[in-house]
Amino acid sequence: MSLTHLNRRVFLQVNSASAAALSLGFLWPDAGLANTNAEVNAWIEINTDESIVIRYARTEMGQGSRTSAPMLIAEELEADWKKVRVVDVPAHENLRRKRVYGDMASVGSRTIRMSQEYLRKAGAAARIMLIEAAAQRWSVPANECKASLGVVFHPGSGKKLSFGQLAADAAKLTPPKDIPLKDPKTWTIAGKPIPRLDITDIVTGKIRYGVDVQLPGMLHAAIAQSPVFGGKAKSIDSSKVDNRRGIVKVINLGEFVAVVADNWWRAKEALRDVSIDWDNGKNGAVNSASLLQYYREGLTQKEQAVARNDGDAVATLAASQVIEADYYTPYLAHATLEPMVCTALLNGEKLDIWASTQNPESTLTSAASTAEVAQENVRVFAMQMGGGLGRKSPQDFTRQAVAIAMQLPGKPVKLMWSREEDTQHDLYRPASLVRVRAALDDNGKPHAMHIRVSAPSLFSQLLRMPLQNGVDQQAVACFNDHPYAIPHTLVDFAMRSAHVPVGFWRTVGHSQNPLVRECFLDELAHAANKDPLAYRLALLPDNEKANRDKGILQAVAKAADWGKPLPAGVHRGIASVDGYGSWTACVCEVSVSPRGEVKIHRIVIGIDPGYAVNPDNIQAQLQGSVVHGLTAIFWGEMTVKDGRVEQSNFHDYRMMRMNEMPKVETVIAPSGGFWGGVGEPAQAPLAPALGNALFAATGKRIRSLPLKNHGLTLVKA
Amino acid sequence: MKLNINGQSHTLDVEPEMPLLWALRDELDIKGPKYGCGIAQCGACTVLLNGEPVRSCSYPVSSADGQQVVSIEGLADKGKLHAVQQAWIDHQVPQCGYCQGGQILAAVSLLKKKPKPTDQDIDAAMTNICRCGTYARMRTAIHAAARQAGGKS
Repeated sequence: MSLTHLNRRVFLQVNSASAAALSLGFLWPDAGLANTNAEVNAWIEINTDESIVIRYARTEMGQGSRTSAPMLIAEELEADWKKVRVVDVPAHENLRRKRVYGDMASVGSRTIRMSQEYLRKAGAAARIMLIEAAAQRWSVPANECKASLGVVFHPGSGKKLSFGQLAADAAKLTPPKDIPLKDPKTWTIAGKPIPRLDITDIVTGKIRYGVDVQLPGMLHAAIAQSPVFGGKAKSIDSSKVDNRRGIVKVINLGEFVAVVADNWWRAKEALRDVSIDWDNGKNGAVNSASLLQYYREGLTQKEQAVARNDGDAVATLAASQVIEADYYTPYLAHATLEPMVCTALLNGEKLDIWASTQNPESTLTSAASTAEVAQENVRVFAMQMGGGLGRKSPQDFTRQAVAIAMQLPGKPVKLMWSREEDTQHDLYRPASLVRVRAALDDNGKPHAMHIRVSAPSLFSQLLRMPLQNGVDQQAVACFNDHPYAIPHTLVDFAMRSAHVPVGFWRTVGHSQNPLVRECFLDELAHAANKDPLAYRLALLPDNEKANRDKGILQAVAKAADWGKPLPAGVHRGIASVDGYGSWTACVCEVSVSPRGEVKIHRIVIGIDPGYAVNPDNIQAQLQGSVVHGLTAIFWGEMTVKDGRVEQSNFHDYRMMRMNEMPKVETVIAPSGGFWGGVGEPAQAPLAPALGNALFAATGKRIRSLPLKNHGLTLVKA
Repeated sequence: MKLNINGQSHTLDVEPEMPLLWALRDELDIKGPKYGCGIAQCGACTVLLNGEPVRSCSYPVSSADGQQVVSIEGLADKGKLHAVQQAWIDHQVPQCGYCQGGQILAAVSLLKKKPKPTDQDIDAAMTNICRCGTYARMRTAIHAAARQAGGKS
């Protein structure tokens, strides 16, 4: 079993054969094997040496789907997994083949859940064709033959032929129309904890990320963007650095200033000595307080867009005693450890791109439009990413790299942002201010609830898409589809269009709204003097979706010994949320010292993703979600002063470290019948479970993040 | 100046204040050490200098003159993985992998000093940032590598 990185072969070739190799283009499909392999369909090549190439059309940033997606193909193919290699599909190949590989974006925890059906069918179709080829050779009915571990058998006669012996014939057959899929209960590859294919290359340092691209004659670019969002460089003076060692060019492109050099450090150092006269535009006076005031106005403004309206919440609340609370979650930066990076080479009308991108097709179109070349003339090689977290889907960095490369035709230029640029020019997780109002019936259950969201719209501000009925579905995530039996529910949205750029941050709306929903529910449970788990279970109706909430709540509660007495001073909280097609729940156990030192004694986090394609990888995603979540919960906050973000690097935008890592237990409880994502949803129930535990421990309700602003610090349990 | 990197001698003519990281990455094409912050906060740039972990983004190349540098590429011994690398594979530690070269070198240095580290030793020595959150698996893998090495002696 090995992983072939098309990109790495490209590098070897380029490095050894010099620039001449560049003009020859990159190998696709496996050149050199052209006489010995057969493409059974777009996803599968089978070689006469029995090795199998499975193509992977998304990208890898640590989510593990470069292994789990091919597992689904191999499962239906009845391949021998040890013989499988995975090769990445470049975006230009997808374009050339009229998008036979479908969507290439790795966003929204989508890779498995959105492509499982066509991936499994590709594997099954190839298996059917291999069996048909064998049956024809033996002149027996195909339904008497079986495939297993890369071999087709005819049990009646004892005959067998390997996939490698059959592939060329199979490739000539007409693909089947009716493609039945295996019962997941019979899986032998999928559903097993299969080691990831790229781990060995990672631990030996061989794997190449976007930052590691190396081309003959390559130059390095560092940039400075307007500190105030929306500002522009009026003029620059580069006289101090023009003659400095290694400096090739200093460019003012208005929205940013670039220094190009023969070494990135030289470029970055020189940039500090370029004097730039910024025009701050109209936002130079914006600060965190003015932003919060703008958000506050959204809570009470008359104009709003209705996201959900069951019954008559307004009238019911007007006639009842109301429990009310405001919750605030801040702007956050992604802080992928690998900053934004893209290498561009413009040769006449031809443009080559190597990028750490979550969306290679978008990289291709962005690059083409920036350089004003035809899309057919662009090649995009998507590299392993040093984290993505949603940041590497928008293509601002690609457009910048191309704009710089246009100034240096024929020269490959690698643009990498400094950590400071990355922190201060992110597309931030939006801040959100939410007001919840509810009334309880005689049994202590909420019978009316109004949730008002005052927040930016990702779809409108970042993607410039029209909003259906004025509602941004991410801004109201987990409110608009809450599963609880609350007959009068009103959810509405007051869009805030601030100058701070916003983007999709891992778990997106579900990274912030569950704190509101599930902590407020906890408030109601306490107001009703009910156990928080029993209160939730009683509020969940008997339908398919709510039953999945109950299922994961009960599985996690059981694993966490809910209801059993805890040591003195230790308290617990619980929450559950569904998102990205999966159902999740979490229990946290904490103690809090009088000085605000929080010890997390135990976290139990669980997911029902329908099917668990690679359970070990799912566990890794849950563990990682906890670290990502706790980092934000305790310390994450971007503040704005004079129109710019104040934080600049890890000294003031703090990340969790090993010594702070609490004990995490995971529950993976696939109930079948649906396909959910795993990269993002598990973060959702963490903040409310912790918030509820903190309330149980202190009697103080956490209604805003980060916890550092409440005088709470994380200490080792 | 002369650097011995992964057992190979390299002659360099660069500014003495150039960080070791950028001499390695952009002058010598040794890409295992990564840039993450440039201010010695994250440790993605960790290399071993005479066996000690240093954050090469903030370490002048001139201070490494004549010294022995090991980057992640040079850790395996003639293709045989170091016990820490093997434990990292066995426990499927990496996610994106970007920080892992530095993490592994930090762990190698820890085990050299403390062949049987406690959790507290691990907490004190493993200070590099992992944004994917592989801390729990790293801890397990370090203990496993320690057992492995102990079993051999």
